[in-house]
Amino acid sequence: MNSMTVTADGVISSPATARADLDIREHEHVSHYQTIGEPFVDNAKMSARNVNVFYDDKQAIFDVSLDIGGNEVIAMIGPSGCGKSTFLRVLNRMNDIIPICRVQGDISLDGDNIYGSDQDTVLLRARVGMVFQKPNPFPKSIYENVAYGPRIHGLAHSKAEMDEIVETSLRRASLFDEVKDQLDKPGTGLSGGQQQRLCIARAIAVSPEVILMDEPCSALDPIATARIEELIDELKANYTIAIVTHSMQQAARVSERTAYFHLGKLIEVGDTKEIFTMPKHELTENYITGRFG
Amino acid sequence: MSSANSYKNTAAIKASLKKRYARERRFQWYGRIAVMTGFVFLFILLADIVGKGLPAFTQQYIKVTLDLDADRLGVAPDASEAELLRADYLGVIRSSLRDMFPEVTDRKEKRQLYRLISIGAEYDLRDAVVDDPGLIGQKFDKWLLAHAEAASYLKGQVSRDLPEGDRKLKNTQMDWLDSLRDRDRTEGRFNTLFFTEGDSREPELAGIKAALYGSFFTLLVTFLLAFPVGVFAAVYLEEFAPRNRLTDLIEININNLAAVPSIVFGLLGLAVFINFFELPRSAPLVGGVVLSLMTLPTIIITSRAAIQAVPPSIREAALGVGASKLQTVFHHVLPVSMPGILTGSIIGMAQALGESAPLLMIGMVAFIMDVPGGVTDPATVLPVQVFLWADSPERGFTEKTSGAIMVLMGFLIVMNALAIYLRRRFELK
Amino acid sequence: MQTSTVLLILVALAAISFFVGRKRSHLVAVGQGGAYGLHSLPKHYGYMAALWAGLPALLVLILWVGLESRVLTNMVVSQLPAEIQALPESELGLYFNQIVSFAQSGSDALGLSESQVAAAGYYQELLADSRVMKASLVFLVAVIGCLLALQRISPTLRARNHVESIFTWILFACSFIAVLTTLGIVLSVLFEAIRFFHAIPVTDFLFGLQWSPQMAIRIDQVGASGSFGFVPLLVGTLLISTVAMFIAVPVGLMSAIYLSEYATRRFRSLTKPVLEILAGVPTVVYGFFAALTVAPFIRNLGESIGLSVASESALAAGIVMGIMIIPFVMSLSDDIINAVPDSMREASLGMGATMNETIRKVLLPAALPGIVGGILLAVSRAIGETMIVVMAAGLSAKLTINPLEAVTTITVQIVTLLVGDQEFDSPKTLAAFALGLVLFFVTLLLNVIALYVVRKYREQYE
Repeated sequence: MNSMTVTADGVISSPATARADLDIREHEHVSHYQTIGEPFVDNAKMSARNVNVFYDDKQAIFDVSLDIGGNEVIAMIGPSGCGKSTFLRVLNRMNDIIPICRVQGDISLDGDNIYGSDQDTVLLRARVGMVFQKPNPFPKSIYENVAYGPRIHGLAHSKAEMDEIVETSLRRASLFDEVKDQLDKPGTGLSGGQQQRLCIARAIAVSPEVILMDEPCSALDPIATARIEELIDELKANYTIAIVTHSMQQAARVSERTAYFHLGKLIEVGDTKEIFTMPKHELTENYITGRFG
Repeated sequence: MSSANSYKNTAAIKASLKKRYARERRFQWYGRIAVMTGFVFLFILLADIVGKGLPAFTQQYIKVTLDLDADRLGVAPDASEAELLRADYLGVIRSSLRDMFPEVTDRKEKRQLYRLISIGAEYDLRDAVVDDPGLIGQKFDKWLLAHAEAASYLKGQVSRDLPEGDRKLKNTQMDWLDSLRDRDRTEGRFNTLFFTEGDSREPELAGIKAALYGSFFTLLVTFLLAFPVGVFAAVYLEEFAPRNRLTDLIEININNLAAVPSIVFGLLGLAVFINFFELPRSAPLVGGVVLSLMTLPTIIITSRAAIQAVPPSIREAALGVGASKLQTVFHHVLPVSMPGILTGSIIGMAQALGESAPLLMIGMVAFIMDVPGGVTDPATVLPVQVFLWADSPERGFTEKTSGAIMVLMGFLIVMNALAIYLRRRFELK
Repeated sequence: MQTSTVLLILVALAAISFFVGRKRSHLVAVGQGGAYGLHSLPKHYGYMAALWAGLPALLVLILWVGLESRVLTNMVVSQLPAEIQALPESELGLYFNQIVSFAQSGSDALGLSESQVAAAGYYQELLADSRVMKASLVFLVAVIGCLLALQRISPTLRARNHVESIFTWILFACSFIAVLTTLGIVLSVLFEAIRFFHAIPVTDFLFGLQWSPQMAIRIDQVGASGSFGFVPLLVGTLLISTVAMFIAVPVGLMSAIYLSEYATRRFRSLTKPVLEILAGVPTVVYGFFAALTVAPFIRNLGESIGLSVASESALAAGIVMGIMIIPFVMSLSDDIINAVPDSMREASLGMGATMNETIRKVLLPAALPGIVGGILLAVSRAIGETMIVVMAAGLSAKLTINPLEAVTTITVQIVTLLVGDQEFDSPKTLAAFALGLVLFFVTLLLNVIALYVVRKYREQYE
């Protein structure tokens, strides 16, 4: 145990990979860099420009510019601690909870700066939902879990309307058939994969436009993972999805575009197929060929 | 914002926002008010105690011109010490007071005049004369301790506005005190008697020395019993105890004892130590044993936490070089966890120092004038002294009570500061 | 010889045994090629000898001291004339106390009967004998212990293991004291309570609506059993505890929520220790504050708006008790709320819930069992609290739920019944133990339930 370290992402890194990290740090000392590939798209739903993120004095994101196109699935990959999760959280201001975190640069949703003074997090987070690494249903019934968002935002005006929202959301998360007879049972009693789909249902109950997923399958077994991946495929018709993953296979399976982060920098962005077949940057190539991870 | 309208729930959410943010602000204010309430309570409590207690640390003296006439004293300068001790000092003080206020002739008024001076002044004068018999036959000024009622008037605690019938000090007495003050014959001094005397029926003579010694002896017994037993118990439970029912039973007992009301420990002490073993009542020995049983759970629980915090690598290293389990614990684990254990023990001792309910049960509420000389002498402790004085009707005791509380809290603050200091150092490691 | 002297000499004997034991191990080791031939280090043989010398002798000493005065009393009393032995327990006790104080001080025999003076002489003789016997027995046991240990010392003796197993037993004995304490509490309270219930039927005690124990001060008045009704005390206790909870729970819980969810780290680190001072203030100080400051204030306040408030109102005692419990509720709630995983907060905030919606609709419902457990612990504290109510609550038992009136509590009655002169045969004194029994079991029940609930709650998130 003592020769291994657990990183912030919960990934256990062995001494070998730690040494690889060290090498890269040594020859990649530039603070100015050029993102390779196509960070910008025509139908951007969200766009980030020159974003820097700091935790106290420590900089976690360096000058990242990236568009997330409407109804696309974009995957963010990179070694642990590369800032991909931080970047995702900045997109719906979840980092506001952390007092020491500062964000510079512009991030807009449909052209409105989400860090603008006239913006509030309530509406933003309703529009940009989030699904977390570990399934985190509330210790309430399945029904109440899904109804939570509509209830706090006042979206349903009658019991019938709420029932409908709950059912639709559960159906869209392809969970309804499994739980329709036990809607009043606690959500924490479901299996891990079901819990995660419940969390997705909970997120889409407020009809967000963008869904951010932070390694949604990292705590699930392969079968449950496959179901979530299928679900993502179905969801992209209605939602824009940004997914952080440490699994390159998953990125290749579900996403249309892929962004490769390294030590807080956005190294390369592009069509998923191109990234995985013809990476342009040496670091991207090293990562996807498994030289470090 | 036009683009936000593309989102179907914008209107509904925006409509709810004002109310929700208002509720959010309200909720935060409830929190702030709650925190402030705690602060206000603490402030009022401390201000009340300090406000009432500060006057206890000054004492009023009245300068009286004493005429130590040998005839008045009824003793000659060359008398033996035994004769000097028996001389009529009270008479001298009284006649000297009459000399200062020649207009007082009425018997009742004379008695009121005498009541300006504490009965302790007589012994003060006696000691002075025994020390220096040359004083006999001389006429000189001497500062005499004022009676508690007179002192509280001089300190401005009694107002003339109160109807005369409602106060102990009468108008004539106040007039005399005013005239003494005008003649610069009154003075407030630091109250050393408060720290050098035991309890007394007279507020101006009452001190906390006996109670301080009682507390010291009681805590000494408590510490000598609770510390080793507590640490050993913690060591056993953390390092040696097998996982079985007996161990579970012990752990359950410790957790429950921590929450048993302290007065129940008093009942235990009364029934077992006093009734069954017939140990002396009111003694620090029994008090200390009872308090040690009461603080034991605290010490065990905190010591266990401290022992748990020792990294297993230290144990493995010691065991690896062939040390036995016991050696490992006593040579390596205990020294590392000692700051944490001491922190917990000091907090336990602070609890014991402030505790009074169980001691009432075993008779440590007696009126104790003499400083106890050991753990079997009758004694009282500081918090019980506070309780006794708080019950006394004389107003002079109210300030004594607060003064004693200030001393008690002073000790507690020092102990807790020490515990916090140790914990900080421990955490830094 | 004084006990402390015996103890010191015993320590010295143990020390000597240590050196002798160590020396002996060197001697027996000579044939084995020196100390390396020994199973254990020489000092372990020394420890072993010291323990064998010290421990049994120490036990003998403790037993002797504990039982000495009981045995002496019985011996002296049995020598007294029969008519005096027939006296009631209380008078006999007084009679005997005079004997003892005369025997100890030897001062004036004024007012003592001839038989008392004779008994005092006998007592002194016994005491002197007892001291000599105590010292000789203790030393004898010590020396025998030491010799036995020395005799066993040989190169193959596993002295280290031997010493360590003795030590492990000592450690076990220390932790077993907790069980003995509980046992002692239960037995001592139970025995006296059973004696009480011989005089007063349990049902009269549990369901009686009248409490006036002073009536039954004489044995011939025991028949007036209606005066030991426990209900008014219970109601009074619950009334004051309820007032306390009305102060402590909202303030403590909201403070904990504010400090853990809203306040900056700096504010929190400055505020919490200050509020925890409230927990370190001795209860007697709160009692003084309640009796001399809060109670008069409330009475004046009530009078100014035309209410008649008792000078020892339940309200005053309850408010001050509530202030005392604030930090207790605060730190328990703080622990409980912090045990709710951050992922719950993130899930709720991530959907656009405001902080207070997250707290009220997610955190508090999730933490509810734990908070209820914490409040039960606080209630048990309030019920068992003594000094505040002794100083600020009333003495007469009134069956009322009006907080402006004076009520009395279980703990107040225990103190009033037991402080001062006691006679262990009067129901008045024994009633205190019956109350103690009730108090112990009520608080025990609350604690067991609370600890169980809190543990279950924590396990849920582990």
